[in-house]
Amino acid sequence: MTDFTEIWSYLAQGPLLWLTATLAAYAIGNACFQASGRRPFVNPVLIAVALLAGLLWVTRTPYPVYFEGAQFVHFLLGPATVALALPLWDNLGHVRRAALPLLAALLAGSTVAVVSALGIAAAFGIKGEILASLAPKSATAPVALGISDQLGGSPTLTAVLVILTGIIGAICTTPLLNALRIRDWRARGFATGVAAHGIGTARAFQVNATAGAFAGLGMGMNAVLTAFIAPLVLRLFQ
Amino acid sequence: MIAALLPLLAAQLAGETLIRMTGLPLPGPVAGMLILLLGFALVPRLVEVMRPLATGILGNLSLLFVPAGTGVIGHLGTLSANGPALAVVLIVSTLAAIAAGALAFTLVATLTGTEVEE
Repeated sequence: MTDFTEIWSYLAQGPLLWLTATLAAYAIGNACFQASGRRPFVNPVLIAVALLAGLLWVTRTPYPVYFEGAQFVHFLLGPATVALALPLWDNLGHVRRAALPLLAALLAGSTVAVVSALGIAAAFGIKGEILASLAPKSATAPVALGISDQLGGSPTLTAVLVILTGIIGAICTTPLLNALRIRDWRARGFATGVAAHGIGTARAFQVNATAGAFAGLGMGMNAVLTAFIAPLVLRLFQ
Repeated sequence: MIAALLPLLAAQLAGETLIRMTGLPLPGPVAGMLILLLGFALVPRLVEVMRPLATGILGNLSLLFVPAGTGVIGHLGTLSANGPALAVVLIVSTLAAIAAGALAFTLVATLTGTEVEE
């Protein structure tokens, strides 16, 4: 019988092991999310990342070895970004009916997200790679990683910052908008999608279908706008 | 499946090529998304061809962040050194962005007389 360490060293070489581990960790994270009644702070990505980070640490596997396998999942971020064209297309009717309010909300939400993040971070003395990694944090992750990479940030750090932004937005949006007495579901959903991307959108769909559709629209439109304004604003704080 | 996968990858490839050629400050896949949107406008039949695949990918969008997110193990030092500052940045900036977006929407909706959908 072959020794376990021999099997391990064989499997640890190829991409299959870490690809399977990535899917398994996400399946566990997603099961926890569903079991919690889809609470925003039980985030499947955070759980999967924590499990995998622990596993890599225990098995003393370097991240580049893990990524050999995980790259097949990572590659799909590009096609997923292109696929965002579908929800945008489906919501074009909404865009025509409320074009001006949407445009105003997009400009305000997107600009405030980037300027306030970089302004506060710069005031704390954060600079360089971390500052660049923060710039696209309100954009949906596949787009944010691409922007971060172009700006000289760290895409892995951006991934974590983007997920945390989404969770904060999902938890706070309902109490915040209630306090501001904003009742229009389009305004509530759209602003949440612009500031807190897919995780905020998932939260908006739980509250109201109109809010959800507008959140998806906000996420898609902000992905495009952030790609344009993040480099400009970052230049002001560097 | 291939009929849907081909336009998806072709749009991304066209986007990446366009960005490399023009030097626009835009990620290639975002340009690809705009190209696919244009494709939908030119060939409306394409929308239904692509719907199952696009819905499938977007339904599992979170999974795709896991490999990059796991890279956090290389940044634990950076994160813990800047932890409190980053927490303040993320919370204040996210709340400010939601408030600004929602207020701008209701203000302009009132000014332009767009009806409210409560």
